[in-house]
Amino acid sequence: MVEQQSSVVSRQSSERNVKINVGNLNVYFGAIHALRNISLEVYKNEILAAIGPANSGKTTFLRCLNRMNDLQPNFRVEGKVLLDGKNVYDTAVDVPFLRRRVGVVFATPTPLPMSVFENIAYGPRRLGTGKRSILEKIVERSLKKAALWDEVKNRLRDSALKLSGGQQQRLCLARALAVEPEVILYDEPCSGLDPISTAKIEETMFELQKDYTQILVTNNTKQAARVSERTAFFLMGELVEIGLTDKIFTAPQDQRTEDYITGRFG
Amino acid sequence: MKRPTEWFIERWILFNGIFSIAAVGLIFFFLTKEGFNLFKHYPLKDFLSGRQWYPISEPPKFGILPLILGSFWVTAGATLIAVPLGVASALFIAEVAKGWIKEYLKVGVEILAAIPSVVLGFVGLVTLVPMVKQMFHIPTGLTALSGAIMLAFMAMPTVVSIVEDALTAVPRSYREGSIAMGATQWQTIYRITVPAAGSGIVAGVMLGIGRVIGETMAVMMITGNAAVIPHTLLQPVRTMTATIASEMGETVQGSDHYFSLFAIGIVLFVITFIINLAADFFLHRKK
Repeated sequence: MVEQQSSVVSRQSSERNVKINVGNLNVYFGAIHALRNISLEVYKNEILAAIGPANSGKTTFLRCLNRMNDLQPNFRVEGKVLLDGKNVYDTAVDVPFLRRRVGVVFATPTPLPMSVFENIAYGPRRLGTGKRSILEKIVERSLKKAALWDEVKNRLRDSALKLSGGQQQRLCLARALAVEPEVILYDEPCSGLDPISTAKIEETMFELQKDYTQILVTNNTKQAARVSERTAFFLMGELVEIGLTDKIFTAPQDQRTEDYITGRFG
Repeated sequence: MKRPTEWFIERWILFNGIFSIAAVGLIFFFLTKEGFNLFKHYPLKDFLSGRQWYPISEPPKFGILPLILGSFWVTAGATLIAVPLGVASALFIAEVAKGWIKEYLKVGVEILAAIPSVVLGFVGLVTLVPMVKQMFHIPTGLTALSGAIMLAFMAMPTVVSIVEDALTAVPRSYREGSIAMGATQWQTIYRITVPAAGSGIVAGVMLGIGRVIGETMAVMMITGNAAVIPHTLLQPVRTMTATIASEMGETVQGSDHYFSLFAIGIVLFVITFIINLAADFFLHRKK
């Protein structure tokens, strides 16, 4: 059974399109070596989960993929992050355009202090879409994709800060979708949400799978097991193990992975 | 049962609180009492709208319109200079500058705030005044414009530090949310950070204006002190503060002239009070 699965993995990895290819990625914040020699591939249209205890580097890894770490002081990076074969850390890269292609949903809901409509229209507007009718279509389509439309369609003019936590988080997802990304990063998107809101986000992730490549950083190993195809286990800035989620959770190859998922530490 | 030290500290704080409020009340009471003596002999309307300030002629004329306009021109000019410069500096310090540049700039602004106004006035007198005179080919460089430029430097630190605080207080999540959607840094500043810090920015501007209106020493030295109604910024003016400061020493206590200076004080007090109230309103307004 295990052998069968690993043969599936090898066949898949050779056949499937690679969306993101990370090679020998090292990240430093001042003197702190936050990521050590990370190499992995993310396939097109998969859901990859990144798990690990606090300070394991999983969020830092995620934020490297669309260069959100550039905002941190003393940030330094070595190695390559290829998106469709092109290194995102090339000096010629248009960073705002990269962030449009690689959207992110943060750990805490971060609606901007404006109406629901404006929150979603913000991204398209910045890219030059000014026409109201087009924006209305984008807002409706994005909210529907994020499974929020039915709840807020009569509240588009209300402040986004008035929505519930779960709604705000789906609004942030809709907002990320509005600029038509190719990859969506989730940084512990359900850490502050109740189980029902969490389930809604997870359902939405499945729905989105046919169009997007998704990477989920989570502290909740059960969530990783539920949602993801493959799982990567990070520990102290290192990638300990990556493989099919079933395999990671049933027969991990590294002792540290087993210790973590069985709750012996972390 | 409270401990005696607790009891004592509570009473001590209470006493100090009441004392400072009482002091403000007494100052206002004294100002009003003295100032209103003028209106026994001189109509309030003539005082506020009179176009001539001849306090020691016979009969004396206590029209403070030229002084109000003098204060207005200098303040308006200083505001026009200080606000764009101050807000831009604050934006640069809070949003763009990094590392040691940021620290140096912050310290620099604090040093600017620490320069005594008389020193600024003195420096302005020997450098700025001749410059203005030459540049515009006017008989004297002691003009409203010189005062406005000099006062702009005094208002700037107030504007910069309050606006910078307001910008820094904008949650990081707003910026990240905007950046993550592909907005550029400038779009983020312009569309998200500045609107979110809006009330703090207005408050900073208001307090800067308050600082300028109340300023005395520097304006007295470089605005020419001619109590005439100004038509352009290139004329000498005299502000309300400079009038009080320069004339209080030479008036007879208890005379109408003496009372009229107190009455100017009331006008000044009311204006500053309104500005501070407005600043407070903006500062504490919830989104």
